[in-house]
Amino acid sequence: MPTILETKELTYEYGKGTSMTKTAVDHVNLAIESGEFIGIIGHTGSGKSTLIQQLNGLLRPTSGQVLLEGEDIWKEPKKIRRVRFRVGMVFQYPEHQLFEETVLKDISFGPRNMGLSEEEILRKAKEAAEFVGMKPELLEKSPFELSGGEKRRAAIAGVIAMDPDVLILDEPTAGLDPHGRDVLLSQIQSYHRYRKNTVLLVSHSMEDIARVADRVLVMNGGKAAMFDTTAAVFARGEELERMGLRVPQITKIMNRLRADGYPVADGVLTLEEAIRQLAPLRQERRLLRAQ
Amino acid sequence: MDYLQTADVRFAYEAEEGVTPREVLCGVTLGIRKGEFVALLGHNGSGKSTIAKHFNAMLLPSGGKVYADGMDTMDESLKYEIRRRVGLVLQNPDNQLVASIVEEDVAFGPENLGVPPEEIRERVEEALKAVEMFGHRLDAPYKLSGGQKQRIAIAGILAMKPDCIVLDEPTAMLDPRGREEVLQTITRLNREQGITVVLITHYMDEAVRAGRVVVMDSGRVLLDGTPREVFSHVELLKKHELDVPQATELAHRLKAMGCSLPEGVLDEEECVAALELLLGG
Repeated sequence: MPTILETKELTYEYGKGTSMTKTAVDHVNLAIESGEFIGIIGHTGSGKSTLIQQLNGLLRPTSGQVLLEGEDIWKEPKKIRRVRFRVGMVFQYPEHQLFEETVLKDISFGPRNMGLSEEEILRKAKEAAEFVGMKPELLEKSPFELSGGEKRRAAIAGVIAMDPDVLILDEPTAGLDPHGRDVLLSQIQSYHRYRKNTVLLVSHSMEDIARVADRVLVMNGGKAAMFDTTAAVFARGEELERMGLRVPQITKIMNRLRADGYPVADGVLTLEEAIRQLAPLRQERRLLRAQ
Repeated sequence: MDYLQTADVRFAYEAEEGVTPREVLCGVTLGIRKGEFVALLGHNGSGKSTIAKHFNAMLLPSGGKVYADGMDTMDESLKYEIRRRVGLVLQNPDNQLVASIVEEDVAFGPENLGVPPEEIRERVEEALKAVEMFGHRLDAPYKLSGGQKQRIAIAGILAMKPDCIVLDEPTAMLDPRGREEVLQTITRLNREQGITVVLITHYMDEAVRAGRVVVMDSGRVLLDGTPREVFSHVELLKKHELDVPQATELAHRLKAMGCSLPEGVLDEEECVAALELLLGG
């Protein structure tokens, strides 16, 4: 797969030139392939938010580069708006940003700004609403009549409607209940599978990341501390804990069994996988006993 | 009567004219004893936050009664006394801090109660030490991490010398370390100072650390018991759109496949021990 998004020595310093300079992102080099699902973890203040805001041109790097399909996004600063259509960003608690009279108008806001025809706008908005499981009868309501979970979905649909090549979601499941979290994650997953575009998901929930990500980027102290397959990252539980992170409970259980000498794999990520590994062990033990 | 006592509480938010208000609480009878640590679970819309806001007279029942330390929350003249004894911590720490310096923020409550300045100083110091934030007393709240901000919000309540703290998803916005800091703080306050804790959470691994778990569904109490009792009802919880810890579910699913494992495994320690016993050393 070709590289879609790349950073080269990407650096961001707040308060540059003052005595309060703080390096939030420190020489980060990443290459993200088209169609990948990337999880981003790191404690508060690790640089994740500053990093993603640079990826869609909301912040301009103090040094280094962000390349979108090989081209520096700041090559022509006047065209940065176009980058923001191609790299769509769903902020934390996006429901606070709904403002239109109807849900449909709100979801259409992005595509309308892109200068599409009315037909195109409507088609994209309706398709996006479907991706996030928004019932059609809700589209003509005021966003303020929706429940918290529905508002969240409407806000996400507003970004999906721009049909970005890269979709960045900053803690999309924060504050949702376990079922709401499950449903929203599944919707994002099926959107990713269907559109085959690139998704970057920032989350404090290691369980969510373990479930959906192909690769995980771990930010720590402004640096990319790890960037590897999800299983490989979560096999490094102790290092993650030292960075104020954890591994999913299921991974921790399996890592401990492995450390105690049981023949299970490193970095088991889901319950299903754990069961697949444990069931045969149980079988073997029965056979041994029968002999 | 228990320290917090609700008797057949019904509640509906006010609706527009002509619309029948939907009942959020449909007869909740629940008693929380002094010194308990209770986790309150339920999906969004189950009524758990609504019942929590009844405990300190933030909301008043449309039917039934709520008593805090024996005081009827409908009695307007007792409102401030009830709120002093039962403090509420909310999800977003940024909406709860009012002053530009940590110690002033913590002093805000006792100042409003008319506590003499000398005593306020003592209370602020004590409260900040209890949440292990004394070293940050002169810092600006906006410079703190989410977990630190929530501990300051808890200190602000402690400075009012409460009997009980109700926390409504205090860790929803925090990273894993921040969550752990808040959990350890409330666990310690409960154990060492005997403060009654009611913790509303969507994180099952937090709920297992409470002494008692109450599950709400459709405005009613669905389950009420020790974490082990409650989390042995895996299928029932799933049916009501709730989760169980992964350790619990792993043991439950393997058991369903014929493995001899106990029901109601709560955390990774118990799960690893049970699995190693099953698989043989």
